[in-house]
Amino acid sequence: MVAAFSICILFFYNISLAQEAHSSHPAEQQPNTKQDKEDELDVAGTILEHIRDDHSWHLWGHTSIPLPVILKTDKGLEVFSSARLSDEHHNPVVYNGNYPYQQIEGRIKVVNEDGSINAEASKKLYDFSITKNVLSMLISVALLIIVFLGVARAYKKTGVSSAPKGFQSFIEPVIIFIRDEVARPCLGHQTDRFMPFILNIFFFIWINNLLGIVPFFPGGANLSGNIAFTFTLALFTFVITNVNGKGDYWKHIFWMPGLPVPLKIFLMPIELLGVFIKAISLTIRLFANITAGHILVLSLVSLIFIFKAISASVVVVPFTVFIGLIELLVGFIQAFIFAMLSALYIGMAIEENHEQDLVL
Amino acid sequence: MVVGSVAAIGAGLAAIGAGIGIGQIGKGAVEGIARQPEAANEIRTNMIIAAALVESVSLFAVVVALLGNG
Repeated sequence: MVAAFSICILFFYNISLAQEAHSSHPAEQQPNTKQDKEDELDVAGTILEHIRDDHSWHLWGHTSIPLPVILKTDKGLEVFSSARLSDEHHNPVVYNGNYPYQQIEGRIKVVNEDGSINAEASKKLYDFSITKNVLSMLISVALLIIVFLGVARAYKKTGVSSAPKGFQSFIEPVIIFIRDEVARPCLGHQTDRFMPFILNIFFFIWINNLLGIVPFFPGGANLSGNIAFTFTLALFTFVITNVNGKGDYWKHIFWMPGLPVPLKIFLMPIELLGVFIKAISLTIRLFANITAGHILVLSLVSLIFIFKAISASVVVVPFTVFIGLIELLVGFIQAFIFAMLSALYIGMAIEENHEQDLVL
Repeated sequence: MVVGSVAAIGAGLAAIGAGIGIGQIGKGAVEGIARQPEAANEIRTNMIIAAALVESVSLFAVVVALLGNG
């Protein structure tokens, strides 16, 4: 399954790159008459635009799907299509709703008559739009529901005694792997209690990482490279860890046993900080890994445009495919690490009366 | 003339640090597996965790470099 998927990815990467390389060709043939400056591609800007959240989903060329914009201001809720925020040349225009809105650097702001940002009204503006990332998340949730309900139904029908069939045979080893390699060593006899959370977090991150690698419509959103997304997941781990923390866990934070009193007082703030740093490091790790992967792929593709030579693609395309394959691996490893560290933190919190301290 | 930002140097330094760190982890893991092949699975899991911890530190540096660049 994974092999088939990676071959698909490889194939599509080639196609999309070939197309991009192709489209750069006629631009090169033109004598540099008027747009000497426009030929200079703003690489950093383009890359950042691609990894950023957006109010419309770019498909190809000048085609993109407008997504609903949901705004809440002090004048109430309003919903409109993001197509009204740009004209046919994709330049941002002012839309007059309850306030005049304009998209500035990807964010919707209230503007004045002269086009400047109305900072005071913009502060009261809450943006609940279905953006590219939100839609991508809904798609991944739908995919997960379809896959797992199907697998669950198969188990209900045939029971666990017979051999797994179809998609079951892909999902079952992964679940067993997570239970035996990730959850059980950390959580011990409480494994079953936390398995739903660990599995949820693992599959959710994994499918979003994989969708992020797919370069066309249902994928391509940089969802797991969005810090709000990773922060929310880390927040779940943080809350579950601390709500389930036993007396021993708190004792080791506030009054480390077996140490002289001055050292206990010295360690207290450090340990307390450690509680938060665990969640923060979970957030940053996933965010930075996935974002770095996206930036890497995009930078490699941009090399063709930087060198302005189609021959560069001979080197760039295989290398991008290689990085794409590494990203497949990273997508799995990061989901695994997130689940693993969540299990580890929860396991450390629920552990009871251990004599020797954990080294970590 | 070479134009760039100091952030790029910072990112490079972070890459050096992470490279050394992950190299040491890989070396330790391979040696461990060579000495005790039956513990390979356990060693591999621990290796990945340690590598992820080292890598995350370097990625912190990359994030800081990006922010400094922007």
